[in-house]
Amino acid sequence: MSDLIIQLSQWLLTLTQGAEPWDSYARYLPRLMDGVWITLQLVLLSGVIGFLMAVPLALMRISKNPWLWVFPYCYIFFFRGTPLLVQIFLVYYGLSQFESLRNLGWIWTDVLSQPYWCAIIAFSLNTSAYIAELFRGAIQAVPKGETEAAQALGMSQRQQYQHVILPRAFGIILPAYGNEVILMLKGSALASTITLLDLMGATRGAISRTYLSLEFFVLAGFIYLILTAVLIGFFRLLENLFNAHQRAQDMKINNLDPQIKDKHLEDSVR
Amino acid sequence: MQKTKRFAMSLALVASSALMATSVTADTIRIATEGAYAPFNFIDSSGQPGGFDVEIANALCEQMQATCEIVTQDWDGIIPGLRARRYDAIIASMSITEERERVVAFTEPYYSNVLAFVGPKGTEMPTDADSLKGKTLGAQRATIAGQYLEDTLGSVVNVRLYDTQDNAYLDLASGRLDGMVSDKFPAYDWLTSEAGSAFEFKGEDIDIDDKIGIAVRQNDTELKERFNAAIQAIVENGTYAEINAKYFPFSIY
Amino acid sequence: MDLHGFGHLLLAGTWITLKLAFTSLFFGLILGLLGAAAKLSPIRILRWIATTYTTLIRGIPELLLVLIIYFGTTEILLRMFDKYIEISAFAAGVTALSIAFGAYATEVFRSALQEIPKGQRESAMAIGMTRWQTFSRILLPQLWRVALPGLGNLFLVLLKDTALVSVIGLDDLMRQAYVAAGFTKLPFTFYLMAALIYLLLTIISMQVIRLLEKRANRPWQGARS
Repeated sequence: MSDLIIQLSQWLLTLTQGAEPWDSYARYLPRLMDGVWITLQLVLLSGVIGFLMAVPLALMRISKNPWLWVFPYCYIFFFRGTPLLVQIFLVYYGLSQFESLRNLGWIWTDVLSQPYWCAIIAFSLNTSAYIAELFRGAIQAVPKGETEAAQALGMSQRQQYQHVILPRAFGIILPAYGNEVILMLKGSALASTITLLDLMGATRGAISRTYLSLEFFVLAGFIYLILTAVLIGFFRLLENLFNAHQRAQDMKINNLDPQIKDKHLEDSVR
Repeated sequence: MQKTKRFAMSLALVASSALMATSVTADTIRIATEGAYAPFNFIDSSGQPGGFDVEIANALCEQMQATCEIVTQDWDGIIPGLRARRYDAIIASMSITEERERVVAFTEPYYSNVLAFVGPKGTEMPTDADSLKGKTLGAQRATIAGQYLEDTLGSVVNVRLYDTQDNAYLDLASGRLDGMVSDKFPAYDWLTSEAGSAFEFKGEDIDIDDKIGIAVRQNDTELKERFNAAIQAIVENGTYAEINAKYFPFSIY
Repeated sequence: MDLHGFGHLLLAGTWITLKLAFTSLFFGLILGLLGAAAKLSPIRILRWIATTYTTLIRGIPELLLVLIIYFGTTEILLRMFDKYIEISAFAAGVTALSIAFGAYATEVFRSALQEIPKGQRESAMAIGMTRWQTFSRILLPQLWRVALPGLGNLFLVLLKDTALVSVIGLDDLMRQAYVAAGFTKLPFTFYLMAALIYLLLTIISMQVIRLLEKRANRPWQGARS
């Protein structure tokens, strides 16, 4: 794959004949594509990890037992109430303040000292707080009749969650989750501030060498738009697969369309 | 720090506009510096610009028997400000590069910059490509040090480029970086501070033929020649060496 | 917590953050209203412009927007007029944040306008009001009430997005934390402090928004009971 891109880049270079900005575009194509790949990894990994973290958080959050809901409440409040940039810096530069962490062996050398993993940790923590809130709303939005029916069948609380409520809630949040992943894509550009060469980092690197700031920023914007479109398409597909047999009347799925509505508008912070 | 810099900048702007209003006298030269590149130029706690560049600027003005006004200006806007006639010269540790020579003119160099490797004390750290293989080295983005690191060692070491030099220092201190490449003289300043006391220069200096000059507008040949004569004069009469010694125990000319 | 004398800088930064947020809110609301008006307008080219605007902003990272405006605008101006016009970090920040806020506010205003019963618009037309009169006298006064919850949320997002402007060197709260962390070598302390201040600002904003909502709904409460 990368060989192919390098060949493509060289072929493009013979076409551009030194005309800027096309010449620089062609020359930096391989690095930008590496950046796209890192951006995608960041978004997909933190999207999945964040999702996995969000389920227990949401379940604890809807509990009536204060011992259970206080932690997720504070957690969600903190990560939704502070800028992502602060969170990344807190994880990356902040952790280096504690010298004892450096004695943790591989946890320090392979994870916490790597900008890549620090970015994934920060993004996962951040997105899990948002997804947990979505999940909580969705669990509460599962029609009462369905849980009652499950109860009538003699299902235990656990079975109800496992077989009825959670799968249903997943279907309900899917569009909003897709929206959250797109916001994460935009947020991932902040990884460039901790030296990571994601699409934004590669762009800033190219600019520091070519001084073609406007040209490369515009190109990056264009690539981000394409990535957004691809993600939207992917989630549409997923929605059709997942919700096809249960598109109930009372669920305004179109209202959750990322192009029409924004998650921040959807679930009020309160 | 940043705050005082801004404050000083707005003061300087007010001062320079007041100056323009009262019609500039023939022999007032307005000189811009950045104020964020210690020990060459910085803003001291009283809000005044200071440092090697500033002292050299004052010495040159005295030599030329001119009145000088020193203003501070952010790096990104420093060349555009010169072209817009906000000031007449830039003495801010600016490297003479082909790219810049297309838009401004430079005097003869007033010092030579070299790059150097920095690493933790008490470790062997040969600086040839073979021994550095697999190590993680940092530098500031959009600097000559960053370009050098990418171009000469990019294929064998992990390169990390930082938004600011301060962040590179933080990561060097935390052990995330095995070493750093940077301009030697500012790094010298950091190494002699408390924060950098556990680190030292490694290997040979990297001479990349980086000459530092004074930038003037391209059509200002007269001013350029006056600066050139003054630089030569202060080097010959020992003023330069005096200022040099205040900052570094070795000559940087 | 020992702030090593950087406490007053953090406060000064907080003040700049607030100025940035409120100035951007002002221009963002104007952009949002214009955008919504354009989206609902009968003129196709206006609708097209508004849709392009919101679609672009939804897909482009806010950080990129801030950088494009800060570095790009001077370059465009230089190329167009061959004259260097400096854009301050504050102006660039306000521009970028207003544009981002405006795109999302466009959607809030649009759906709020659509929520107002069609009958009102029709009766206004029936008594001979022009399109503009209907908009300014009938729809606009009600818009505030319907749009408030959505706008409140957008303001909270805006408040957090102000931190991005620190990347181009504006001395906001984030940047002061950055400077203090670099100077004292205590990054965790200062970023945590900054996070807590942002959290405090969020809490205060939420209370104010709630109050505004209560006030805005007051005339309607009587009618309902």
